[in-house]
Amino acid sequence: MDIMKRIYMDHSATTRVDSLVVDAMLPYFSEMFGNSSSLHSFGMEAAEALSMARKQVAEAIGALPEEIIFTSGGTESDNLAIRGVIPHNSGKKHIITSVVEHPAVLNTCAYLESLGHEVSYIQVDGDGVVDLGKLEASIRENTVLISVMHANNEVGTIQPIKEIGQIAKKNNIYFHTDAVQSVGKIPVNVDDLGVDMLSISSHKIHGPKGVGVLYVRKGTTIEPIVFGGNHENGMRSGTENIPGIVGIGKAMILAKERLDADSKHMQQMRDSLISRIFESVTDVRLNGHPAQRLPNNVNLSFKYAEGESMLMLLDMKGIAVSTGSACSSKSLKASHVLSSLNIEDDYIHGSLRISLGRENTMEDIDYVVESLKETVLKLREMSAISS
Amino acid sequence: MYSKKVIEEFSNPKNVGSIEDADGVGEIGSTIDGDIINISIKVKDNVIEDVKFKTFGCVVAISTSSMVTNLAKGKTIDEALALDNEDVINALEGLPEGKDRCSGFALDALKLAIEDYRQKNK
Repeated sequence: MDIMKRIYMDHSATTRVDSLVVDAMLPYFSEMFGNSSSLHSFGMEAAEALSMARKQVAEAIGALPEEIIFTSGGTESDNLAIRGVIPHNSGKKHIITSVVEHPAVLNTCAYLESLGHEVSYIQVDGDGVVDLGKLEASIRENTVLISVMHANNEVGTIQPIKEIGQIAKKNNIYFHTDAVQSVGKIPVNVDDLGVDMLSISSHKIHGPKGVGVLYVRKGTTIEPIVFGGNHENGMRSGTENIPGIVGIGKAMILAKERLDADSKHMQQMRDSLISRIFESVTDVRLNGHPAQRLPNNVNLSFKYAEGESMLMLLDMKGIAVSTGSACSSKSLKASHVLSSLNIEDDYIHGSLRISLGRENTMEDIDYVVESLKETVLKLREMSAISS
Repeated sequence: MYSKKVIEEFSNPKNVGSIEDADGVGEIGSTIDGDIINISIKVKDNVIEDVKFKTFGCVVAISTSSMVTNLAKGKTIDEALALDNEDVINALEGLPEGKDRCSGFALDALKLAIEDYRQKNK
């Protein structure tokens, strides 16, 4: 047990900080610890690091440095984007989003609804793709923002962001995308995507936790949600987390440099994992879009095997994955994403999300396929409903 | 986090299966709920001589099924009917907060099996 093999395949939850990122960050804890607002040399070191990281992030997504706001993470970025476009002391505003968004978006929208604003939640098809017709039809005179994620964190479906961007532009509506899951897996360029705002999280791309980015296109007027000493051009007050910001800068550069190789590697592992499971296990379905999906996402549902039980048995074999099953959640309901996909009752409780990372190998896939097979068979033998 | 006892029962559940010529069978749950528990019993001289379960469900559903069958085995019908959810949770050394939804299902299935036995032996 002590020297058990451990395979991490939960990269949509979080990732290991790359050693190059750690190396880049370390001096900013102990040697160059200054406050970037200070005028002395300590402050200048911090200010230079901040400006360097801003350039790195901007370059990685095709933006200008002044369009980058550093935040505490993806959740804050989503909050700032959505709450930032609701100006004070004005009438009822309308926001359009999708039913499969991350809770950072959905709960921010629900909060704005409680304040009297209006939100339309657009349905998705069986593969998890947002219905563009319904999205366009939901536009109102007071619509100020469309927020649709680039790629889904549970089932990996990639949304038609370019098309949504064109709809938003045509109707003079701001467009925000949560790109937390897509950076480092597929190309993310703010002009290609046609977005006004874009959220990034550092810890999903082998950077440290506690830091993120909101890209805000020049000319997009939003208001801050955190007030104080007017850091980040007044858009996000609070002394900058310099080590974290240096970390996300480095992580973004690495994600960009390694994008082609990483995504090819992950896709090979993904496709092999999916096809081998389908060959060796009956009564299984792939959740999410078969082709328009992140190269690192495998989301499967098994009949007669419950998600949390599979997760725990795999964990005993040293494999870390996640599930959208009801029993693994505090609400005791199947995940809102799986529930929106029209998955049959027999399958919805048996979901497993395997999210690959650049560090995984084909050898890992061999072990996971074997272990998953054993796990599903064991649970089916025990199951009261197996055929 | 689950207790060691829960993990032990879950990974090595006792009494898995179904009794061919059972004296009573109880089943509870549906695929919509995500838990189905089937318990069958063999009764001799008012004592539960054998008991087996088949369960589709989460860690709690499986570990409570195993524990309920452990506790019921060798008990008289009246002793088995007197078992309550607390006995099961205590025997499992506790369940995490919010995980008690499924914890009563296995006991319910056992009591349905006893009910079934009584109906047949009126």
